[in-house]
Amino acid sequence: MEGDDIIEVQDLKHMFDGFAAVRGISFTVKRGEIFSFLGPNGAGKSTTINILTTLLPLQKGAVRVAGYDVAREPGRVRESIGIVFQDDVLDRDLTVWETMEFHGRLYSIPRDERRRRIDDLLRVVELGPKRDERTKNLSGGMKRRLQIARGLMTRPEVLFLDEPTQGLDPQTRMRMWEYIRQVNEAGTTIFLTTHYMEEADMLSDRISIIDHGRIIVSGTPEELKNALGEDVVYLETEDNRRARKSLGGIGEIRSVTESPRGLSVTISADGSHCLPRIVDAVRGAGIGISSVNLKKPTMDDVFVHYTGRELRDTGA
Amino acid sequence: MAWEFLTVYWREMIRFVRFRTQLFASLLQPALWMAFFGVAMSSNLDRFASAIPAPAGVFSVDYLTFMAAGVIAMTTLFTSLFGGISLLFDKNWGLMREMLASPMPRTHIMLGVSLSGMTKSFVQVAIIMALGLLMGVRFFPGFSAARIALSILGIFAFVGVFSLGFLLFSSTISMRLESPEGLQGVITLLTLPLFFVSNALYPIQAFPPILQVLSIYNPLTHLVSGVRYFAIGSDFFAVGARYTSTTVDVLVSFAYLVVFASVMYFLARRTFQRAVVT
Repeated sequence: MEGDDIIEVQDLKHMFDGFAAVRGISFTVKRGEIFSFLGPNGAGKSTTINILTTLLPLQKGAVRVAGYDVAREPGRVRESIGIVFQDDVLDRDLTVWETMEFHGRLYSIPRDERRRRIDDLLRVVELGPKRDERTKNLSGGMKRRLQIARGLMTRPEVLFLDEPTQGLDPQTRMRMWEYIRQVNEAGTTIFLTTHYMEEADMLSDRISIIDHGRIIVSGTPEELKNALGEDVVYLETEDNRRARKSLGGIGEIRSVTESPRGLSVTISADGSHCLPRIVDAVRGAGIGISSVNLKKPTMDDVFVHYTGRELRDTGA
Repeated sequence: MAWEFLTVYWREMIRFVRFRTQLFASLLQPALWMAFFGVAMSSNLDRFASAIPAPAGVFSVDYLTFMAAGVIAMTTLFTSLFGGISLLFDKNWGLMREMLASPMPRTHIMLGVSLSGMTKSFVQVAIIMALGLLMGVRFFPGFSAARIALSILGIFAFVGVFSLGFLLFSSTISMRLESPEGLQGVITLLTLPLFFVSNALYPIQAFPPILQVLSIYNPLTHLVSGVRYFAIGSDFFAVGARYTSTTVDVLVSFAYLVVFASVMYFLARRTFQRAVVT
């Protein structure tokens, strides 16, 4: 019987020549979700992905992917997964079509089916007109799209994306996110690693923040941000002083500061749930509101909170 | 289905045809050996050789014909020793991960690469033979059409097994090394003794005893003997020495090459199964 968890990792440890790259991590990925590993370079993301995709032998711990044990049934795991590697690993001298054909033949997809999938996928990633172009002549975004198409060719249950948008320009990155969402909506579970905050935030159903080989915190992007309890509501009203007094009955409010422009209200709980009551309270006191703004913590704030440092300072 | 190695083979052959410089260099190199070394040496050696006349009734062979078999062997050796380098590049450029993470059995990677290397050697050997015949190499003297066909098959069988052995060896080294320079070093170190301590260019009969023993264990010697047996005959005289070989001798040489290739296969398989490439 297949459970809800398509990836199960228990107490995974991995050493390289005496250096502990992964120091005992446990997590699960649910079927159908987009799960992100967020962390700086050298945090252990790639090591984990390499173990999950059977490229590195399992040293310690238990890992099941798509219902198969990576140590005992690596062949079954390989049949169930697709991988998009971090760097552009494309044979420069093969054409786009040959790249796909080679991959399909590696997985023994029957000829007619293979050709059909190649046509379909190249259309999806908008590389149809480039099918006879050698991969060395493709732009960075096209290369990455080709790799995603290649990773999807085998209809994997789980698609592993290692830093899928690293080095891409902002437009191309947004486009990649769309593809990844499309793929996920079509039923593929996505496991991605990234060191981009907004990527993890925008794409993921759940995130684990990883640093120094340990998972520091896991949750949905909302949970992670709400857990900081630092939502701030900005209010502009007809009468800020009276508005301030009217907020006295709301327990989640930690502090209120008055500024010439308006009020900033710091909230110890989820601000989006508290906001309607704030508005009701001010309106209830007969004070008109001209503007409301809710600022939630960003993933950057979350990362700084849990690791004690900025992600961009830790890049290798 | 266990035919995925044909996929690797297919890709290797696309690369072979597409890398124009590599293609032409590999085809030109044996031709240059024949044209310069062959002609230069034969114009000298044939003069000396006439001082030792062939025994009565024994077929005498000129140096160019004698050496052509050596050039076939040498070309096969070089091409095969370098054949594994595509694995090294695959490994260094991250391309091998795609294959290692696929359900394809790992042995198929080395089989595909080896078969493509063997094909390249076949193409080269065919060119050397054709070119040699144009330059006056007297292969297949007085043979019937059927015997010529059989001889060509025999030559290709020897070249095939020999090249597989060295391709698998080259694959093993490539998987264990980090840099192309390292492979280059190993190959350079090996080619000189393999080539010169063999019967490729001259008879081994006049070697000092130690070199004679070494040359008998040298796979290249067995390849050359096989090629000469099929291309020239079982009893001939060249460079002041008489060469006779029986069917048993040829079978022993072939068996030796098969054993060599098998050992290399198991070494390569072990290396591939243990390889960790990330």
